[in-house]
Amino acid sequence: MSMLSFEQKYRVRGGTLIGGDLFDFWVGPFYVGFFGVTTVFFSFVGTAMIIWGAALGPTWNLWQINIAPPDLSYGLAFAPLKEGGIWQIITGCALGAFGSWALREVEICRKLGIGYHVPFAFSFAIFAYFTLVIIRPILLGAWGHGFPYGILSHLDWVSNTGYQYLHFHYNPAHMLAISFFFTTTLALSLHGALILSVTNSEPGDAVKTSEHENSFFRDALGYSIGALAIHRMGLFLALSAVFWSAVCIVISGPFWTRGWPEWWNWWLNLPIWA
Amino acid sequence: MSSKKHWSWSILLVAASVLTAGCESPLIETPPVQTVQRGFRGLGMVEIYNPDTLAAQAKINEPAAVQPLPAGGPPASSQFKNLKVLGNLNVSEFTGLMLALTAWVSPEQGCNYCHVEGDMASDNIYTKVVSRRMLQMTQEINQNWKTHVAATGVNCYTCHRGQPVPPNIWFTNPGPRTAMGPMGWRNGQNAPEKNVGFTALPYDPLTKFLKNTNDLRVEPRTALPTGDNPKSLVQTEETYALMVYMSKALGVNCTYCHNTQAFMDWTLSPPQRTTAWHGINLTKELNNNFLEPLQPVFPANRLGPLGDAPKVGCATCHQNAYKPFYGALAVKDFPVLATKKH
Repeated sequence: MSMLSFEQKYRVRGGTLIGGDLFDFWVGPFYVGFFGVTTVFFSFVGTAMIIWGAALGPTWNLWQINIAPPDLSYGLAFAPLKEGGIWQIITGCALGAFGSWALREVEICRKLGIGYHVPFAFSFAIFAYFTLVIIRPILLGAWGHGFPYGILSHLDWVSNTGYQYLHFHYNPAHMLAISFFFTTTLALSLHGALILSVTNSEPGDAVKTSEHENSFFRDALGYSIGALAIHRMGLFLALSAVFWSAVCIVISGPFWTRGWPEWWNWWLNLPIWA
Repeated sequence: MSSKKHWSWSILLVAASVLTAGCESPLIETPPVQTVQRGFRGLGMVEIYNPDTLAAQAKINEPAAVQPLPAGGPPASSQFKNLKVLGNLNVSEFTGLMLALTAWVSPEQGCNYCHVEGDMASDNIYTKVVSRRMLQMTQEINQNWKTHVAATGVNCYTCHRGQPVPPNIWFTNPGPRTAMGPMGWRNGQNAPEKNVGFTALPYDPLTKFLKNTNDLRVEPRTALPTGDNPKSLVQTEETYALMVYMSKALGVNCTYCHNTQAFMDWTLSPPQRTTAWHGINLTKELNNNFLEPLQPVFPANRLGPLGDAPKVGCATCHQNAYKPFYGALAVKDFPVLATKKH
């Protein structure tokens, strides 16, 4: 199989975390590694459990398949397979697969001799999921507080869980998370538009350079963050969005049980005007 | 260098004390929490309580230890004058009820809170006129609103809790004082009130929905506001404000009565929503037929800022509990309060 020009550099021995040379080989274009093996294992078992769970359910409609966590009465114990145990196994497999994938990314970074930005960023997504199905359920005392696996059913969970706090938009961490999500998309659209307008010049015109990029934003905003730092800022914005999302759900319940609007009473009670 | 370190430590300490200070309303609560599953597993229809919050609720929801006197003696009307509601009781029952009333409503003030000293029959004190009407109101609730109070019923203590003026009555809310003209125009909202959970939602949904109108349905059945339900955003927020009030009044969250997948769908709703619907109609009847007509009887200091009579809402009886006194039977020992046929 032919290789891309940069693959020679990529296909070097070493950099593995576990297993030494044992799994240090490629299948076609794909690096395997110890964590490639575990990723495949967890993905296969998890997917098989999802299909089994769907088969036990009343529908094969992709939208309506629902594999729910156990009743709260099971607490933090194992539940019978058909009463949430499947959900528990799928959760374990998902975390196994996600974690394996992140560690496989680490091994590839080591082979390439680059920084760990990609596994670092992916670990925030894993952290958010881990918060939802492990940390918060443990703090609340039952696996049943995790969200169900289903396209529509998990949306019902999101809606009901939000309304447990009467008005979730008053959750301060949710406010931060939303703001970071919106800012991420704003920054990406500004950056994307800038790069496209610089590289796609008018027919006959020369392609513009980073000087033009900087000039545009210095004219428009008075400041240009620069070609390298825009990517650092993009990473910061995106990871902040995910981080505060995790915070906003883990504080809802374990650290605040009432309506989120009344959390803001500290503001109403500030000695300046109270 | 060391002073810099010192500064960062003190900032940390201040932050930590701000986060945890004040037992009344701390910025964070701490686990463990108590949870109640009220729907299919994983649906998220769950009540979540901090034990401290529950303990505070439980304290104000202990039923009064008041025992009736056994029936006996001649008819009360043969011994006492001016009995318009309780004439059919015998003397023992009547005396027992009067003692209970005092314990429920004016334990510190005693009989003379409602009776002219030396002339028990006199109506020359407004509290006696009001309490007579309140006895009829209690009978009305227990006899004709079993859809809401079932056999549990209510007695005077359900609202009064040992206080002559029940702690959770409400008045029409004129809103905060503002500048004149458009500068001060709030559209009835954006002024955090306890009754709407300190949200920016309209601050007086009670006058609208617990006194004036039934019209709180806002969910459209068409994608665009062209169908049979062209309700505005403000109307939607008024309904939302009432729902927040009900949640706070009962110490429950939205999922106690609704699967939020579709708020309006009765087939997805727990049966408590039906009870609550009857409760909305109940408060409206009480406010219009019993409380507002008493407006001329009350002295000015018992009226609201706009001169309206005190009114009842969900919180007046429930006082943060999903059932007043967590469902302890309120009317069993006092059959006179259960029906108007006395």
